[in-house]
Parts: sequence; C-alpha cells; structure tokens
Amino acid sequence: MTSNYNFGFFDEVSKREIRRKTLKAISIPGYQVPFASREMPIARGWGTGGLQLTLSLINKNDIFKAIDQGTDESVNAVNIKKLVKKTTGVKETIDTKEATIIQSRHRIPEEKLEKGQILVLQVPMPEPLRYVESSEQKTKMLHADGEYSGAWLVLFEKIIKFGRMTGGAAHPVMVKKRYVMSPSPIPKYDNPKLDNNEALILLGAGREKKIYAVPPYTKVESLAFEDYPFEIEDTKGKTCRLCGAKDVFFDEIEDELTGKVFYQCNDTSNCLKNINEKESA
Amino acid sequence: MDFEKKIMTVSNITKQFGDGCEKCKEEKSVLVKNYCPYCQTIYACRNISFDLYEGEILGIVGESGSGKSTFVRCLYFDQETTSGSAFLPSYENGEVNILSVSSQKKRYLKDYLMGMVYQNPFLGLKMSFSAMSNVAEKLIAAGNRNVGEIKGISNDLLDIVNIEKFRRNDVPADFSGGMQQRVQIAKALSNNPPILFLDEVTTGLDLSVQANVLDLIKKIQRDLKISMIIVSHDLGVIKMLADRTLVMLNGEIIESGLTDQILEDPQEAYTQQLVHSLL
Repeated sequence: MTSNYNFGFFDEVSKREIRRKTLKAISIPGYQVPFASREMPIARGWGTGGLQLTLSLINKNDIFKAIDQGTDESVNAVNIKKLVKKTTGVKETIDTKEATIIQSRHRIPEEKLEKGQILVLQVPMPEPLRYVESSEQKTKMLHADGEYSGAWLVLFEKIIKFGRMTGGAAHPVMVKKRYVMSPSPIPKYDNPKLDNNEALILLGAGREKKIYAVPPYTKVESLAFEDYPFEIEDTKGKTCRLCGAKDVFFDEIEDELTGKVFYQCNDTSNCLKNINEKESA
Repeated sequence: MDFEKKIMTVSNITKQFGDGCEKCKEEKSVLVKNYCPYCQTIYACRNISFDLYEGEILGIVGESGSGKSTFVRCLYFDQETTSGSAFLPSYENGEVNILSVSSQKKRYLKDYLMGMVYQNPFLGLKMSFSAMSNVAEKLIAAGNRNVGEIKGISNDLLDIVNIEKFRRNDVPADFSGGMQQRVQIAKALSNNPPILFLDEVTTGLDLSVQANVLDLIKKIQRDLKISMIIVSHDLGVIKMLADRTLVMLNGEIIESGLTDQILEDPQEAYTQQLVHSLL
C-alpha cells in the first residue's frame, strides 16, 4: 500500500464509532441505529453508508467484492473497489464464494451466501414508513409502538389501484416479528433470501445516517395480505441468453430494430461461472 | 336501549400549559379567563368530570377558547393530560385509568374502542391516500390482513356516508370539505367503536351539507347505538343532536343537564347569553 491514508481510509476513532453502532444494529435486528455518518470522498447517495460499513470492518485478510445492480464491472462497483483497494490493499474478487465482504448496490448474489460472509447493502431510504409519515420523530414513535399499519396501507393502496402489490423493489419486510424494515431497494426476487440467511447482512444509509442489520439465521418475512400473498418476479419460461440459466433474476433487453426481447442474468459473476463450467465440461 | 349503562367515566381532568405559580395554584380568582397574568400559565381544562352512557349523545358547548377541543383531544390521547382519570368499563373491567397506560395500549384503545372526527380533515385523514385506504387504515391497525374483507367493510361504510362508488379510489385532497368530513366519519366508524368523538364536525360547511352530515350522525347513533361526545360552539347543532349538554367556559363546566332544560331554562349568566344569542 503506497497511499498516505490510514488503513481503510478512516481514522481509528471513526471506525470505532461505526463498529459500535454496527454491533448495536446486530443486537436489535431490523432496528435503524442512528450513527455519526462521515464525510466521504464520494457523494452521499452513491453508497457512502455501505462504504463506511465496509471500511470499518475490513482487515488485511479479507477478500472484497463489490456489485452494482448485479454486475461487478459497472461504474459504482468499480469506483468503490478502487477506493477500497487504494486504502487497504486487500485482495479483490468477483467470485461470490471466495469473498468475505461483499458490498452490494441493490442485489443479493444468486449464489448462496455462507456462514462467515458479510453482505453490506447500500441504502438510499432506510425508513419504510416515510411514505406515510414525513416526520422522523413520529416514525420513531411508530417503530417503538410496533404500529406498522402505514406500511400495510401502502401495499393496500397499490392493490386497490392496480389489483396487485406493484413495486419491484424495496418491498418491506418484518424482521424477527418486531421491526418492519426496508430491505434497501433489492428486487422482490431477493426478499426470500433475507430469511434465515447464513451470512451477516448489514445495511448502511450514509445520507440518512442509519445502520441496520439482519444477523445470520434471522426470521425475515415479506409483508403481505391473507388473500394477496407475497409474490416474486415471474421467471417462468425465461432463460439467460448467455449461459442458459433458469430461475435467476433477469435483465430484460429489447432489440430496438426487431422488437425481440432477450433475458440475461443480472448477476454477472454467476453468469460467467455458468459459462466457464459449461465450456470446461 | 339501556340508557343506564355507563360506557365512560371521566373525573377531574385538568390540562394546563405551564407549571403554574404560587399565586394561581391555590387561588383561581387571580386568573384572567383561563390565563394567569403572573406566570403565563393557561388552564385549558379544569376538573372536568362526567359519565357517558351507552347510546347517548353528549354535547359540549362553549365559546372559542373555552377548552372544548383540548378536552376531547385529551380523551383521544392527542394531548397529554396534566391530571385526572378516565375509565372504560369495556377496558380491563373499568379498573385501569386509560390516561396513564403505555402508548402501545393507548393505540389499542384508539384502534378498537374509539373513533374521532376532527374539525380539520387534514388531522384525521391521509390526504394523499385514497378514500378507501383511509377507511381501511383503522381496520389494518386493528389487525385485519384480508383485502377482500377490508374492501367490503370500507365500501359498506362509504355507502352509509354517501361517497359515490366512482370516487372511492380518489384522494381526499381532491374532495370537497363536506365529502372529506364524511370520509372522516366513515373512517372513525370502521371498527364499530363504542365511543365516537366529534369535534366541530359541521363548522365551515355550507348549510345543506351541514344538514346532511347532521342527519348522518343522528342516523348512525340510532342504527349503530354508538355513544358520542359532540363538541360545538353552535347551539343549533347541539339542540338537534345532543341528549345531554355540558356548557364550558374558561376551561370549566359551568352548567350541565338535559339539552332541552339548558336551552329552555338556562341558570348561569353565560348560558343565558349564549341561548339568547341563538334566538
């Protein structure tokens, strides 16, 4: 490492503050812990919450992976990787299985996470009740009272307007039957992966100054009504045009000339793995 | 109907803004109306006590600033009371003072046993959610998680208050004042609460809409046998609806009794003036 920065960019006191609040978040699953969000060399809203978690937790033996909407090589992921690399010198990877810390913008990787891994999610809007209550003071009281009818009301409104629970991402979840949590804008497809996951899932919102967590093996349920159960995106009959995978989360690509619609794995590293396996077989 | 059955007992409710000083704590005659000129404390409600019976409409009348609205807001937990107690026989056998329970339990009471219609619909409704969702909110809060059922109940209530079918998915922000007030009433009724508070429901509505809303309230009382506390500065409204009436002045009840009696034979000077101004 040749840069003049402290290991992991932050001074040790800052790291300690973030770690302390992370511990509190892990102790109260789903509860949003306020923390002293630091200034970062990237703009707020571009993953500063996630980065602060990553940089406070990372050590020399970690192997780091960053994803931006499923891909390892898009702008946000590349820049975050560069910053982490420059200030820590840790090994990078695109392999989900190999990574010990995975920072992700809005996806949980297709490959199953394992015990010992940490998934850090970047969160733009941590408050699931913000649509119904604009005052932070009041939403804190609602959380304290376990008064979550507002979160259900948003879903109810969608059902009476559109006949189903529309909205592709950030479908609210109930963590350990206590706190309703916004799972960062991951697609509904990823919601079931939160439940009973073996890895530690941390969520950080830098602009909103909140850290929250889903510890390993925690019960996480997506909110739904008795007669309108929670449903994930329909993957029936769709296959990846590159690797042939089924039952994964797809990107939809339309050929503008012919109007033909293709589907392609959203998780690029998993797609690459599938292709390599096929070719070596 | 058994008019003898108590549904709520309220005793000595006091709400003051400010701590009070040596001068005004003991001797209330130093107050200017309800205001202490020495320590600037406002005594909004002073020692208010009464019983509410099943199926009756109790009117509270008084001039602007007499503490009527503050009082019902205290009973609906929108404001903390300074002292006093209220008991509901239907809650914990009437042994627990509902004003001193935890905020979770207060939410339970609001969601299951009470309804409130505010003077200002912005306080009672979520203006950016459809009329249907507004009625649904209380049902969801009370633990109903069945869309079909919630829709059914909401539609029935919106039928009662005459909101046209094609407007039910619209937001109350786009409604007229009278319609907003009717949606509020439907919302307050959604859990079939035994007690309903109505704070100046018809104030600011034009006369024909006022008559509609008043008819509606009377009908609801007759059909659903809900006990109501109606706050109004308008004696006409009280005359039409209330069985019994309390007259408030400067935070105190100065006269109470059957509505007819109070209107025909007022005892206190203020009440006489009030009744006289009606004629």
